[in-house]
Amino acid sequence: MAFSLKGIHVPHRKNTAGMSAVRMPVPSMVTLLTAMHIGKPAKPIVKVGDSVSVGTLIAEQDGFVSSPVYSSVSGTVKNISDVVASNGRKVPAITIESDGQMTVESSIVPPQVNSKEDFIEAVKKSGLVGLGGAGFPTYVKFATDKKIDTLIINGAECEPYITSDSITMTERADDILFAIETADKYFNFEKIIIGIENNKKAAIAKMKEVTSNNSKIKVVALKSVYPQGGEKVLVYHTTGRTIRVGQLPADVGCIVCNSSTMANLANFLKTGMPLVEKVITVDGGAVKEPKNVIAPIGTTLGDVFDFCGGFTSDPVKVLYGGPMMGIAVPDLSVPVLKQTNAILALDKKETKTAKTTACIKCGKCTNSCPFGINPAAIAKAYNNNDVELVEKLGADTCMLCGCCSYVCPAKRPLATTNNLAKAMLAADRAKKKEGNV
Amino acid sequence: MENKLHLSLSPHINSKNSTQRTMLDVIIALVPVSIAAVILFGIPALLVIAVCVISAVAGEAIFNIAVKKEQTIGDLSAVVTGLILALNLPANIPLWQAAVGSVFAIVIVKGIFGGLGKNIVNPAIAARVFMLIAFGSMTKAAFPNGVDATSGATPLADLALDKTVNLLDLFLGKCGGALGETCTVALLIGGIYLLVRKVITWHIPVAFIGTTFLFTFAVEGWNIETTLAWVLSGGLVLGAFFMATDYVTSPSTAKGKLIFGIGAGVITVLIRFWGGYPEGVSFAILLMNIVNPYIDAATPRKLFGGKKK
Repeated sequence: MAFSLKGIHVPHRKNTAGMSAVRMPVPSMVTLLTAMHIGKPAKPIVKVGDSVSVGTLIAEQDGFVSSPVYSSVSGTVKNISDVVASNGRKVPAITIESDGQMTVESSIVPPQVNSKEDFIEAVKKSGLVGLGGAGFPTYVKFATDKKIDTLIINGAECEPYITSDSITMTERADDILFAIETADKYFNFEKIIIGIENNKKAAIAKMKEVTSNNSKIKVVALKSVYPQGGEKVLVYHTTGRTIRVGQLPADVGCIVCNSSTMANLANFLKTGMPLVEKVITVDGGAVKEPKNVIAPIGTTLGDVFDFCGGFTSDPVKVLYGGPMMGIAVPDLSVPVLKQTNAILALDKKETKTAKTTACIKCGKCTNSCPFGINPAAIAKAYNNNDVELVEKLGADTCMLCGCCSYVCPAKRPLATTNNLAKAMLAADRAKKKEGNV
Repeated sequence: MENKLHLSLSPHINSKNSTQRTMLDVIIALVPVSIAAVILFGIPALLVIAVCVISAVAGEAIFNIAVKKEQTIGDLSAVVTGLILALNLPANIPLWQAAVGSVFAIVIVKGIFGGLGKNIVNPAIAARVFMLIAFGSMTKAAFPNGVDATSGATPLADLALDKTVNLLDLFLGKCGGALGETCTVALLIGGIYLLVRKVITWHIPVAFIGTTFLFTFAVEGWNIETTLAWVLSGGLVLGAFFMATDYVTSPSTAKGKLIFGIGAGVITVLIRFWGGYPEGVSFAILLMNIVNPYIDAATPRKLFGGKKK
């Protein structure tokens, strides 16, 4: 590679590194959102009072970019109503009261995969979405008519605290290899790259060990610089290819899948059991016993934290995902989602921030930005309502990694203003488009 | 759980760095040269430093109260301004002039433009230039205790008259000049501290001093000794590490910083050899401060994966 994209050093705080995932007891109730992915919510196909089992289809895929939802427990459908998802949108959610039996759906059989179409169909049926956090329906990545020559497995896991991918790579390396080789059978990739940050020695060693017989697969140790796991960053650092604004990895011949996604895909290919449970890292200063937990999707965060001994102090913030890009939740009744890779309860100390001052123009924001954006300039343009300047400054290049906010000595919420500027730009473009029609 | 959870957008953690910590680092970096100044020039130096810092902080506090702004003296930027101005003044300056200069820096150059981050030029430099014009006293340099001051001129003035100066004396600070100008070794210690702490990057100091060196080297007919004397004299090292690197009035990106440093170096030499003042560093930085917004706008970092043309 000619040069590395910039980034920042964040504290690792991988307190749960090397901890095997432990299965939590069956929760009494699960709430399954119909939108645990990017795209159109799934359509509920069960009614209140219906009996369901583990793996029963309860909401079907609706449209191309969408994903089906399966019951994660056996029991009775108690309620179907709209809830406010973490992105602020109202989506239907299906609440199931568990009978504690975890009876498996009788119709579940391993999928018959004999062709590329079969494979894509299987990925679709598996209910898998990008488990790194973004939640983009996995099958859509494979259902492309663009020429694909490279498969990249994202095992960077650059966010602080989170170790669910690393433990999955360490303990389910064979599964990941199985999914990779199955995909390769139908796509015949030229190159297969597994990118892992170099602070995850065990995962790198294990993945190297299991893939040693396959000369096509290369395990790459990446520098531990945040945001190494950002899709565009990872693709650039492993292939040298640049994904432009508005493009997807497929536009540069790549399919990028999270390592845990691949492990779960293997599970579906082998058993036919769709995505109904997740390995999640439970950590943060307020958590009594940080650990990696296997939780049924839809379990409330409160139940998961209880399994980890509850709190040592009142959490100030509770997050889906890591502290750099995770989403703060309003209370503990919200459920584990498909794409939840961690839940964190941060205490006062961890969320402590110095006083916000005026921008001192130190340039640390732009100099730490992986994509060379100038967030301070964008913030100024945004505050002046200057859409043209916002566009010229490349606000839509931003992936919201948060490096700028993190490094800012004046503690200005630069990633947030970037996000607002992006929204302003999008609204302006929509308006102009409307005007042209 | 009784306490409500805090909701905000990511990121949810922050670096320990802060505006106050940055300013504190600059103050720490200026400690060696401040101590050197007191050793070299004695108690008068200490008084000038104290008066400048106190009047800068008091000036900011009173200005904030007068214009009903939130109190900002806690960010320590006024301390930095006062300290840097003091280091730009000779030890024998009347203390009231030092006080007037500090208040000018804080109120006129910074305050009325909107405070921290909004000033167009570096407050300490603008105040120094203001004092040079208003009081004229700064050309009568003070001399360290025990230095033969019969010539009554600073090394720069001597150099301009083609007199020889002792390089080691220049490096250690045994020569006439402003408090913080003379002891190069103390300035370098502070400069290295700022680099290690990543408060500043190498670009501006290296470009500024490097350009001054090369340009002077050419003008001096490739005479290394006189060239080094020029580089070690006057406010060049102080200016290049502590004043030209002022975040607010210098470019953000590496490319911009190099242009800024080179420009300042060229102007410094032009003034030193062909201008009406013996010293050009302050004017050079001041002029580059003024063109800085244009440099900054012209040197953004390259966007990764921008729209295809």
